Amino acid sequence: MTSISYLLHLADNALILGHRNSEWCGHGPILEQDIAITNISLDLIGQARNFYQYAAALSGGEKTEDDYAYLRDAHEFKNLLLVEQPKADWAYTTLRQFLFSQYQQILFNRLCQQDDQQIAAIANKSLKEIAYHLRWSSEWVIRLGDGTEESHRRMEDAIHVIWNYTDEMFIPSDYEKEFPGLEAINEMKVQWLDKVKPVLAEATLSIPTSSKTMTGGKEGKHSSHLEELLKEMQSVARAHPGAQW
Amino acid sequence: MNIAIRKLYYGDIPEDRGGPARESRPEKATDWPLWEIFIRSKQGLDHKHVGSLHAADAQMAIENARDVYTRRMEGVSIWAVESKYIHASNPEESAPFFDPALDKIYRHPTFYDLPDEVGHM
Repeated sequence: MTSISYLLHLADNALILGHRNSEWCGHGPILEQDIAITNISLDLIGQARNFYQYAAALSGGEKTEDDYAYLRDAHEFKNLLLVEQPKADWAYTTLRQFLFSQYQQILFNRLCQQDDQQIAAIANKSLKEIAYHLRWSSEWVIRLGDGTEESHRRMEDAIHVIWNYTDEMFIPSDYEKEFPGLEAINEMKVQWLDKVKPVLAEATLSIPTSSKTMTGGKEGKHSSHLEELLKEMQSVARAHPGAQW
Repeated sequence: MNIAIRKLYYGDIPEDRGGPARESRPEKATDWPLWEIFIRSKQGLDHKHVGSLHAADAQMAIENARDVYTRRMEGVSIWAVESKYIHASNPEESAPFFDPALDKIYRHPTFYDLPDEVGHM
């Protein structure tokens, strides 16, 4: 049985990263890339909607997708700490996208084989988008990592911060442990590293050896960054309850 | 590095007067070359010019084109050509180029009587 908590976890990851990426809208390094990152935002927000709608259906009509996105407080969000970190620079944004998309691809390939047809269908639909996000972001990681002195330095700085947040993906929460097919979450970490390493090697980046393991997001223990993000993202919905377009 | 070959076919705009061929690497990262984008909207149709964009290399040009020009299911195939490789006829020479065709209507196949059985051609 699919739990609402697990659906919210999947949805929150997509929504919060989608919102973070959307902060580039109008600020991208060049028009074409501004559009690219905004497209990715919209893909992620679309994935979030699918999961929220399914969660709303499971709630038996008590909640709507908007309730989940706009009327919950930070401690009720179950997203990874990784996705709520500020967008920082282009190196940080593209590296985070790469590491997250690779995680999503491995996870969603498993979700596709679930007995739960709804979750399998959402995962299947998202995989095409994810394949593109992965291609786009891995090229930027390589381009900047193996680029100029400055771009390499910025990628190095980014990986040192971001790596602290990657362990959390593979440390299962209670609602993940309950979800069938995710028992072997450690296997996913091996798969993920196998995919991530060649790209980082091509980008002349090395995996930090002295990283920390930052966790808590899955259980609702977030950094203040998420509160600030929600304050902005939810401001209209909270100021005008029930407003329609 | 691209080596600029000065090849001028009749009607081309000489590089010093028009179509720019940059010989050196762009100095700024944002000073990426311009690419012309062609999209095929359906299998079996021709690629059509849809516009231009900036990109650092061919691969990025195709990806940018995907994001800029195919967001609404416009295409099944993308071509990208760096703009400097497009040679254009010279607008100043449009009279000798195109006007002579004006009074040669016999070049149009409109003088043949088609039997009705042929139907619409």
